[in-house]
Amino acid sequence: MMDKVNIARQFIQAIPHARDLGLELLTLEDGVSVISMPYDKKLVGNPATGVIHGGAVSALMDTCSGAAVMCHPTGPAGTATIDLRIDYMRSAKPGDTITATATCYHMTRSVAFVRVTAVDSDTDNPVATATGAFTVEGSI
Amino acid sequence: MTSAKRKRGSVQEEQALRHRWDVSLNALALSVPYIAYLGVDFDRRGDELTAILPFQEKLIGNPFLPAIHGGVTAAFLEVTAVMTLSRHYLWERLETGELDLDRLDQGEVPRLPKTIDFTVDYLRSGLPRDSYARARISRAGRRYASVHVEAWQDDHTRLFAQATGHFLMPQKRD
Repeated sequence: MMDKVNIARQFIQAIPHARDLGLELLTLEDGVSVISMPYDKKLVGNPATGVIHGGAVSALMDTCSGAAVMCHPTGPAGTATIDLRIDYMRSAKPGDTITATATCYHMTRSVAFVRVTAVDSDTDNPVATATGAFTVEGSI
Repeated sequence: MTSAKRKRGSVQEEQALRHRWDVSLNALALSVPYIAYLGVDFDRRGDELTAILPFQEKLIGNPFLPAIHGGVTAAFLEVTAVMTLSRHYLWERLETGELDLDRLDQGEVPRLPKTIDFTVDYLRSGLPRDSYARARISRAGRRYASVHVEAWQDDHTRLFAQATGHFLMPQKRD
Protein backbone atom coordinates (compact mmCIF):
# COMPACT_ATOMS: atom_id res chain seq x y z
CA MET A 1 0.00 0.00 0.00
CA MET A 2 2.89 2.32 0.80
CA ASP A 3 3.90 2.01 -2.86
CA LYS A 4 0.65 3.46 -4.16
CA VAL A 5 0.84 6.40 -1.77
CA ASN A 6 4.41 7.03 -2.88
CA ILE A 7 3.56 6.86 -6.58
CA ALA A 8 0.71 9.31 -6.03
CA ARG A 9 2.94 11.69 -4.10
CA GLN A 10 5.68 11.47 -6.71
CA PHE A 11 3.19 12.21 -9.49
CA ILE A 12 2.28 15.54 -7.86
CA GLN A 13 5.83 16.33 -6.72
CA ALA A 14 7.09 15.93 -10.30
CA ILE A 15 4.77 18.68 -11.57
CA PRO A 16 5.94 22.08 -10.27
CA HIS A 17 2.58 23.78 -10.78
CA ALA A 18 0.63 20.95 -9.11
CA ARG A 19 3.01 21.14 -6.15
CA ASP A 20 2.60 24.92 -5.98
CA LEU A 21 -1.22 24.59 -5.90
CA GLY A 22 -0.87 22.13 -3.00
CA LEU A 23 -2.68 19.39 -4.94
CA GLU A 24 -3.18 16.06 -3.23
CA LEU A 25 -3.73 12.89 -5.22
CA LEU A 26 -6.31 10.68 -3.50
CA THR A 27 -7.03 8.02 -6.15
CA LEU A 28 -5.10 6.87 -9.25
CA GLU A 29 -6.50 3.64 -10.59
CA ASP A 30 -7.96 2.13 -13.79
CA GLY A 31 -8.46 5.41 -15.61
CA VAL A 32 -9.98 7.18 -12.60
CA SER A 33 -8.20 9.93 -10.73
CA VAL A 34 -9.28 11.98 -7.70
CA ILE A 35 -7.28 15.08 -6.76
CA SER A 36 -8.05 17.72 -4.15
CA MET A 37 -6.97 21.36 -3.96
CA PRO A 38 -7.03 22.98 -0.51
CA TYR A 39 -8.43 26.51 -0.16
CA ASP A 40 -5.67 29.08 -0.49
CA LYS A 41 -6.03 32.88 -0.38
CA LYS A 42 -3.56 33.25 -3.27
CA LEU A 43 -6.08 31.52 -5.58
CA VAL A 44 -8.95 33.92 -4.88
CA GLY A 45 -10.61 35.41 -7.96
CA ASN A 46 -12.95 37.84 -6.27
CA PRO A 47 -11.38 39.73 -3.35
CA ALA A 48 -14.83 40.92 -2.23
CA THR A 49 -16.17 37.40 -1.68
CA GLY A 50 -13.06 35.20 -1.30
CA VAL A 51 -14.30 32.84 -4.04
CA ILE A 52 -11.57 30.79 -5.79
CA HIS A 53 -10.78 31.87 -9.38
CA GLY A 54 -12.18 29.67 -12.15
CA GLY A 55 -8.67 29.42 -13.61
CA ALA A 56 -7.40 27.58 -10.54
CA VAL A 57 -10.32 25.15 -10.85
CA SER A 58 -9.35 24.67 -14.53
CA ALA A 59 -5.77 23.87 -13.53
CA LEU A 60 -7.03 21.30 -11.00
CA MET A 61 -9.36 19.68 -13.55
CA ASP A 62 -6.68 19.62 -16.27
CA THR A 63 -4.19 17.93 -13.93
CA CYS A 64 -6.81 15.44 -12.75
CA SER A 65 -7.79 14.61 -16.36
CA GLY A 66 -4.17 14.02 -17.36
CA ALA A 67 -3.72 11.74 -14.34
CA ALA A 68 -6.81 9.74 -15.34
CA VAL A 69 -5.29 9.16 -18.82
CA MET A 70 -1.94 8.14 -17.32
CA CYS A 71 -3.51 5.50 -15.06
CA HIS A 72 -5.67 3.96 -17.80
CA PRO A 73 -5.09 0.17 -18.01
CA THR A 74 -3.59 0.52 -21.54
CA GLY A 75 -0.66 2.31 -19.88
CA PRO A 76 0.20 5.34 -22.04
CA ALA A 77 3.73 6.66 -21.65
CA GLY A 78 2.68 10.27 -21.86
CA THR A 79 -0.22 12.60 -22.56
CA ALA A 80 -1.02 16.23 -23.39
CA THR A 81 -4.30 18.13 -23.51
CA ILE A 82 -5.74 18.59 -27.02
CA ASP A 83 -8.83 20.44 -25.82
CA LEU A 84 -10.74 21.03 -22.64
CA ARG A 85 -14.23 22.49 -22.32
CA ILE A 86 -15.10 23.71 -18.85
CA ASP A 87 -18.62 24.51 -17.63
CA TYR A 88 -18.82 26.65 -14.51
CA MET A 89 -21.99 25.83 -12.61
CA ARG A 90 -21.53 27.88 -9.45
CA SER A 91 -18.98 29.59 -7.20
CA ALA A 92 -17.06 27.32 -4.84
CA LYS A 93 -17.71 28.01 -1.14
CA PRO A 94 -14.86 30.17 0.27
CA GLY A 95 -12.74 28.09 2.64
CA ASP A 96 -13.71 24.74 1.09
CA THR A 97 -11.30 22.24 -0.43
CA ILE A 98 -12.19 21.54 -4.07
CA THR A 99 -12.04 17.91 -5.19
CA ALA A 100 -11.96 16.80 -8.82
CA THR A 101 -12.81 13.31 -10.07
CA ALA A 102 -11.76 12.47 -13.62
CA THR A 103 -12.64 9.38 -15.66
CA CYS A 104 -10.87 8.38 -18.84
CA TYR A 105 -13.96 6.75 -20.37
CA HIS A 106 -12.64 5.97 -23.83
CA MET A 107 -9.23 5.38 -25.28
CA THR A 108 -8.05 4.86 -28.86
CA ARG A 109 -4.44 4.32 -29.99
CA SER A 110 -3.97 8.08 -30.27
CA VAL A 111 -6.72 9.85 -28.34
CA ALA A 112 -8.07 9.62 -24.78
CA PHE A 113 -11.49 11.03 -23.84
CA VAL A 114 -12.02 12.31 -20.30
CA ARG A 115 -14.88 13.63 -18.18
CA VAL A 116 -14.19 15.45 -14.93
CA THR A 117 -16.31 16.94 -12.15
CA ALA A 118 -15.23 19.32 -9.37
CA VAL A 119 -17.11 19.67 -6.08
CA ASP A 120 -16.68 21.48 -2.74
CA SER A 121 -18.25 20.34 0.58
CA ASP A 122 -21.67 20.27 -1.13
CA THR A 123 -20.82 17.15 -3.12
CA ASP A 124 -24.25 16.87 -4.77
CA ASN A 125 -23.90 20.15 -6.66
CA PRO A 126 -20.79 20.34 -8.86
CA VAL A 127 -18.83 23.59 -8.95
CA ALA A 128 -17.66 22.80 -12.49
CA THR A 129 -17.51 19.97 -14.98
CA ALA A 130 -15.28 19.54 -18.01
CA THR A 131 -14.74 17.22 -20.94
CA GLY A 132 -11.45 16.88 -22.71
CA ALA A 133 -9.53 15.10 -25.42
CA PHE A 134 -5.92 14.11 -24.72
CA THR A 135 -3.05 12.79 -26.80
CA VAL A 136 -1.82 9.25 -26.14
CA GLU A 137 1.92 8.86 -26.44
CA GLY A 138 4.06 5.76 -26.57
CA SER A 139 1.25 3.31 -25.84
CA ILE A 140 2.11 -0.35 -26.36
CA MET B 1 -31.71 51.46 -21.20
CA THR B 2 -29.10 54.03 -20.34
CA SER B 3 -28.54 56.71 -22.88
CA ALA B 4 -26.94 59.58 -20.96
CA LYS B 5 -23.37 60.17 -22.07
CA ARG B 6 -20.56 61.54 -19.97
CA LYS B 7 -19.79 65.17 -20.73
CA ARG B 8 -16.50 65.44 -22.62
CA GLY B 9 -13.74 67.36 -20.92
CA SER B 10 -10.94 69.36 -22.47
CA VAL B 11 -8.20 67.62 -24.47
CA GLN B 12 -6.02 67.52 -21.35
CA GLU B 13 -8.88 66.23 -19.17
CA GLU B 14 -9.71 63.46 -21.63
CA GLN B 15 -6.05 62.42 -21.83
CA ALA B 16 -5.76 62.48 -18.02
CA LEU B 17 -8.93 60.40 -17.70
CA ARG B 18 -7.50 57.70 -19.96
CA HIS B 19 -4.28 57.62 -17.98
CA ARG B 20 -6.19 57.37 -14.71
CA TRP B 21 -8.41 54.68 -16.22
CA ASP B 22 -5.35 52.54 -16.98
CA VAL B 23 -3.95 53.00 -13.48
CA SER B 24 -7.31 52.17 -11.87
CA LEU B 25 -7.94 49.09 -14.05
CA ASN B 26 -4.42 47.74 -13.51
CA ALA B 27 -4.92 48.20 -9.77
CA LEU B 28 -8.24 46.35 -10.01
CA ALA B 29 -6.51 43.44 -11.81
CA LEU B 30 -3.73 43.33 -9.22
CA SER B 31 -6.29 43.30 -6.40
CA VAL B 32 -7.32 39.85 -7.65
CA PRO B 33 -4.99 37.48 -5.74
CA TYR B 34 -5.02 34.79 -8.44
CA ILE B 35 -3.96 37.27 -11.17
CA ALA B 36 -1.11 38.43 -8.91
CA TYR B 37 -0.22 34.79 -8.17
CA LEU B 38 0.11 33.96 -11.89
CA GLY B 39 2.00 37.24 -12.40
CA VAL B 40 -0.21 38.43 -15.29
CA ASP B 41 0.35 42.02 -16.39
CA PHE B 42 -1.67 44.15 -18.83
CA ASP B 43 -0.60 46.61 -21.49
CA ARG B 44 -3.18 48.81 -23.27
CA ARG B 45 -2.46 50.50 -26.59
CA GLY B 46 -5.58 52.30 -27.80
CA ASP B 47 -8.43 49.81 -27.56
CA GLU B 48 -6.05 46.85 -27.75
CA LEU B 49 -5.26 45.07 -24.50
CA THR B 50 -2.35 42.64 -24.32
CA ALA B 51 -1.98 40.34 -21.33
CA ILE B 52 1.55 39.21 -20.48
CA LEU B 53 2.42 36.07 -18.51
CA PRO B 54 6.11 36.18 -17.56
CA PHE B 55 7.58 32.69 -17.31
CA GLN B 56 8.06 31.31 -13.80
CA GLU B 57 9.28 27.90 -12.63
CA LYS B 58 6.08 27.30 -10.65
CA LEU B 59 3.98 27.45 -13.87
CA ILE B 60 5.56 24.29 -15.30
CA GLY B 61 3.25 21.33 -15.91
CA ASN B 62 5.63 19.02 -17.73
CA PRO B 63 9.13 19.11 -16.24
CA PHE B 64 10.60 16.84 -18.97
CA LEU B 65 9.94 19.08 -21.99
CA PRO B 66 9.67 21.49 -20.04
CA ALA B 67 6.28 23.08 -20.78
CA ILE B 68 3.82 25.44 -19.11
CA HIS B 69 0.95 23.67 -17.32
CA GLY B 70 -2.19 23.37 -19.48
CA GLY B 71 -4.24 24.64 -16.57
CA VAL B 72 -2.08 27.76 -16.38
CA THR B 73 -2.60 28.32 -20.11
CA ALA B 74 -6.38 27.96 -19.63
CA ALA B 75 -6.30 30.34 -16.67
CA PHE B 76 -4.18 32.89 -18.54
CA LEU B 77 -6.61 32.86 -21.49
CA GLU B 78 -9.61 33.16 -19.17
CA VAL B 79 -8.08 36.04 -17.20
CA THR B 80 -7.40 37.83 -20.52
CA ALA B 81 -10.95 37.25 -21.75
CA VAL B 82 -12.55 38.42 -18.49
CA MET B 83 -10.30 41.48 -18.23
CA THR B 84 -10.93 42.52 -21.86
CA LEU B 85 -14.68 42.08 -21.39
CA SER B 86 -14.67 43.84 -18.00
CA ARG B 87 -12.81 46.84 -19.40
CA HIS B 88 -15.31 47.10 -22.25
CA TYR B 89 -18.22 46.81 -19.82
CA LEU B 90 -16.78 49.20 -17.21
CA TRP B 91 -15.79 51.81 -19.81
CA GLU B 92 -19.41 51.87 -21.00
CA ARG B 93 -20.47 52.38 -17.36
CA LEU B 94 -17.94 55.17 -16.99
CA GLU B 95 -19.36 56.86 -20.07
CA THR B 96 -22.89 56.75 -18.64
CA GLY B 97 -21.73 57.91 -15.21
CA GLU B 98 -22.68 54.60 -13.52
CA LEU B 99 -19.05 53.87 -12.63
CA ASP B 100 -17.27 56.12 -10.19
CA LEU B 101 -13.45 55.91 -10.51
CA ASP B 102 -13.04 57.38 -6.99
CA ARG B 103 -14.92 54.44 -5.49
CA LEU B 104 -12.97 52.02 -7.69
CA ASP B 105 -9.70 53.54 -6.45
CA GLN B 106 -10.89 53.18 -2.85
CA GLY B 107 -10.95 49.43 -3.43
CA GLU B 108 -14.63 48.91 -4.19
CA VAL B 109 -14.79 45.87 -6.45
CA PRO B 110 -17.40 46.35 -9.20
CA ARG B 111 -19.48 43.37 -10.28
CA LEU B 112 -17.73 41.64 -13.17
CA PRO B 113 -18.75 39.18 -15.92
CA LYS B 114 -18.94 35.53 -14.81
CA THR B 115 -17.65 32.67 -16.93
CA ILE B 116 -20.39 30.29 -18.08
CA ASP B 117 -18.16 28.02 -20.14
CA PHE B 118 -14.67 28.10 -21.58
CA THR B 119 -13.22 25.89 -24.32
CA VAL B 120 -9.47 25.75 -24.74
CA ASP B 121 -7.70 24.52 -27.83
CA TYR B 122 -4.09 23.48 -27.16
CA LEU B 123 -2.17 23.97 -30.39
CA ARG B 124 1.41 23.37 -29.25
CA SER B 125 3.14 23.19 -25.91
CA GLY B 126 3.79 26.41 -24.02
CA LEU B 127 7.57 26.78 -23.85
CA PRO B 128 9.37 28.02 -20.72
CA ARG B 129 9.28 31.68 -21.80
CA ASP B 130 6.97 34.70 -21.62
CA SER B 131 3.48 34.38 -23.12
CA TYR B 132 1.11 36.97 -24.56
CA ALA B 133 -2.64 36.94 -25.12
CA ARG B 134 -5.30 39.12 -26.69
CA ALA B 135 -9.07 38.71 -26.67
CA ARG B 136 -11.71 39.74 -29.19
CA ILE B 137 -15.28 40.29 -28.05
CA SER B 138 -17.34 38.46 -30.67
CA ARG B 139 -20.60 39.57 -29.16
CA ALA B 140 -21.35 41.74 -26.14
CA GLY B 141 -25.02 41.41 -25.34
CA ARG B 142 -26.80 42.79 -22.29
CA ARG B 143 -26.98 39.36 -20.63
CA TYR B 144 -24.47 37.18 -22.46
CA ALA B 145 -21.17 37.78 -24.16
CA SER B 146 -18.98 35.60 -26.37
CA VAL B 147 -15.22 36.13 -26.37
CA HIS B 148 -12.42 34.60 -28.42
CA VAL B 149 -8.86 34.73 -27.11
CA GLU B 150 -5.47 33.77 -28.55
CA ALA B 151 -2.08 33.20 -26.91
CA TRP B 152 1.39 33.11 -28.42
CA GLN B 153 5.03 33.31 -27.37
CA ASP B 154 7.87 34.49 -29.64
CA ASP B 155 5.94 34.42 -32.90
CA HIS B 156 2.44 35.93 -33.04
CA THR B 157 1.56 33.85 -36.13
CA ARG B 158 2.26 30.61 -34.24
CA LEU B 159 -0.43 30.50 -31.54
CA PHE B 160 0.15 27.95 -28.78
CA ALA B 161 -3.44 28.09 -27.53
CA GLN B 162 -6.79 29.68 -28.31
CA ALA B 163 -10.12 29.64 -26.52
CA THR B 164 -13.75 30.70 -26.77
CA GLY B 165 -15.83 31.47 -23.73
CA HIS B 166 -19.35 32.57 -22.87
CA PHE B 167 -19.93 35.01 -20.05
CA LEU B 168 -22.87 36.20 -17.99
CA MET B 169 -22.87 39.99 -17.74
CA PRO B 170 -23.63 41.67 -14.39
CA GLN B 171 -27.34 42.50 -14.18
CA LYS B 172 -28.75 45.69 -12.74
CA ARG B 173 -30.24 45.21 -9.30
CA ASP B 174 -33.67 46.81 -9.37
